[in-house]
Amino acid sequence: MGQVEGLEKFLKEQPVFQDLDADSLAFVAGCAMNRRYEVGEYLFEEGDDAALFFLLRHGTVAVEARVPGRQPIVIQTLHEGDVLGWSWLAPPHRCTFDARATTLVRALSIDAVCLRNKCEQNHELGYRIFVRFAGIMADLLHSARMQMLDVYGPPQQGARQ
Amino acid sequence: MPHPDPSIADTGVRVMVSRADFPALIAVLRDEGHRVIGPTVRDGAVVLDDVAGVDVLAAGWGDEQEGGRYRLVRRDDGALFGHGAPAQSWKRFLHPPRVRLWRAEGNRDGFTVTDGAEESPRQAFIGVRACELMAIRIQDKVFHTPTATDPVYAGRRRGAFIVAVACGQAGGTCFCASMGAGPAVGPGHDIAVTELMDGGRHDFLMEAGSDRGAEVLRRLPGRPAAEADLAAAANLVRRTAEAMGRTMEADHAALLRESLRSPHWERVAQRCLGCGNCTMVCPTCFCTTVEDTTDLGGTSAERWRLWDSCFTLEFSYIHGGPVRRQTASRYRQWITHKLSTWHEQFGTSGCVGCGRCITWCPVGIDITEETRALGLERRAEQGGGDGSGGGA
Amino acid sequence: MEAAPDRHDGTDPMMPRPYRITTRRRDLADTFTMTLEPVEGEPMRFRPGQFNMLYVFGVGEVPVSISGDRDDPRHLVHTVRAVGSVTSAMAALTPGAVIGVRGPFGTAWPVDEAHGSDVVVVAGGVGLAPLRPVIYETIARRQKFGRVVILYGARTPADILFERELRDWRGRFDMSVHVTVDRAGPGWSGHVGVVTRLIERAVFEPDSAMAFVCGPEIMMDFATRSLEARGVTQDRIHVSMERNMKCAIGFCGHCQYGGDFICRDGAVFPYSAIRDRFHVREL
Repeated sequence: MGQVEGLEKFLKEQPVFQDLDADSLAFVAGCAMNRRYEVGEYLFEEGDDAALFFLLRHGTVAVEARVPGRQPIVIQTLHEGDVLGWSWLAPPHRCTFDARATTLVRALSIDAVCLRNKCEQNHELGYRIFVRFAGIMADLLHSARMQMLDVYGPPQQGARQ
Repeated sequence: MPHPDPSIADTGVRVMVSRADFPALIAVLRDEGHRVIGPTVRDGAVVLDDVAGVDVLAAGWGDEQEGGRYRLVRRDDGALFGHGAPAQSWKRFLHPPRVRLWRAEGNRDGFTVTDGAEESPRQAFIGVRACELMAIRIQDKVFHTPTATDPVYAGRRRGAFIVAVACGQAGGTCFCASMGAGPAVGPGHDIAVTELMDGGRHDFLMEAGSDRGAEVLRRLPGRPAAEADLAAAANLVRRTAEAMGRTMEADHAALLRESLRSPHWERVAQRCLGCGNCTMVCPTCFCTTVEDTTDLGGTSAERWRLWDSCFTLEFSYIHGGPVRRQTASRYRQWITHKLSTWHEQFGTSGCVGCGRCITWCPVGIDITEETRALGLERRAEQGGGDGSGGGA
Repeated sequence: MEAAPDRHDGTDPMMPRPYRITTRRRDLADTFTMTLEPVEGEPMRFRPGQFNMLYVFGVGEVPVSISGDRDDPRHLVHTVRAVGSVTSAMAALTPGAVIGVRGPFGTAWPVDEAHGSDVVVVAGGVGLAPLRPVIYETIARRQKFGRVVILYGARTPADILFERELRDWRGRFDMSVHVTVDRAGPGWSGHVGVVTRLIERAVFEPDSAMAFVCGPEIMMDFATRSLEARGVTQDRIHVSMERNMKCAIGFCGHCQYGGDFICRDGAVFPYSAIRDRFHVREL
């Protein structure tokens, strides 16, 4: 009991869950589990079913793209307070990148299948979750685009000065 | 209008010089060591060039100017200044198209400058129109700012003797009146001339605008100006003001500032060739570029300054590409600078309404029309919300 | 010869002064830092944020921000990225060579106005170079400022400019330094992501903070938005703008940005002064 209360308190403080009512929070807490990853362990890998998403409590996770014949490319690092994983929201519910612990990581995992089913039944809850995740994904998209622009890259050909 | 006794005042000196005696003005100026420059005819246009005597002036020539059109026409009255704005302006004599800034020799300590800027010539300009005189005063502010003075311009400006001329006719593309730049000649001249040919005479009212102007006038054969002469001159200018070929939209500085995102720029860009003629003929456009060169051995180097135009792609080049890539943004830059941001920079307009940009644009783009179009667009936006027609 | 009136200090503003390269160091693949001393005469005094026109004999001139310590005028430091003919020619010069210097020009980072406030330095790519004099200033007069926060974004770990100094600054107990890259290989244990992430998480008081931002224009755009989202007001965010320059004294017309000449009214501007222009395409 104490552990679940502690969980609920923690969840309530997370921006992604801050609009939820007590019942919903309790439900999410029921889908949640504390996990620990050692350096080098994968929280999920590209192609996995997106069965879980994570709230990072400590440590750094590198989101990586696998490139055959080359070292993996880290496209983003996530840190304490960040939400990791959005592929669970929409079909095909498959992870698109690897997520690797680059330090000791403590994270709270949420059972995505369970939460998704609940959202199907309770659209109010579903709406609130989806609005929050829409914000997270908008942020990710914005960041990805900025990184894609390669703004620090060398100027185009034919520079004069 | 009272006319003072010329023997008392240095300013307020007003004399009438006959057509026959006009050459004396040129002679006196040459005698004083000036290179005399005035309107001549060459290549089918009135062009400012060296004038040794009155015979090379564009006497008896007038012109027709319209958007993208310039024609010389013969006059039957022998007027010396019966034409409109010459093809280029006095700018090329004060702010030359090509100037060597310095020359240096390379050595162990890097380099030593061997030659600085050239001596400034003493020049006398004959036939400076009101709009052109205003343009010179505008450029005075460009090249002397709180942070720097351009020595090339400053030297030539100091050595310039200005004989202004009132316009007896308004050109087809003229709009100096609505720019507050004419047709009456403003301050800044040494001598102001009005060619009077009413009632069969051919005289020149010459008024001193400075001490040295008065000194020159005293060396000319002439008689004191009479009340009737002054009245005739004033009449002439008033008639010219009423016959302007074009007018500029009121409140254009604010209008342009608020039109940076207008779809109109794309429309102009359909026509604009980006040729930069407008910037070359404009009497106030001042942009230049710097060219550093070296001889084949690499032992001596020169720095030259050349006229440049904001219409070129290179003008705004940084980091591998031009900032103003599209013709639309380059045209917007030119007109917004000319009519709007110039005020913020120098406290005056950049435009004097001489109309050259309209005349010499190969496709006849008209600065007054483009501004008017922006004005109409804005009024339509403001008036269109309630469904009523846009105001006039 | 004509006496040359000019910048009102007796020197012809279009005449470069010879400076000798005393040291030269390669920072990155295409970026190097030179230390210069005047061949004769007094060294120049400058304010952080100002720039010089650097001349390679017979080749040309380019504007480059001063990246050194204003308290050490004997050593004039410039960090240059080789992107064209003049900068490439400069990259080939070795200590002992002489280049021409005109300046200093332009407006300064208003570091004095930040006394008593938290200072947030946000740099992107080679934009760290014009900001380095600000960092030196906060170190030299540390007690005048509140928190000092340095946020830096680079392309990859191999593109981190002044890496050793960043580590040194990070090692101090009285400033916080965060570095992020756009992408990395597995050897990098730091942040990967946009510099805006660092802004979101940095610890400082937005009400009183002064932010100094320098980097590619797009980066300055999203950095200023993040700073505003944190609550820093537009008049307390300063950016360094860049445009083509030929004369650096307000006569050639190339560096115009709306009504301002960047050589004279900038390059440093409060964001509030340029906000309306910043988002006009191809201005």
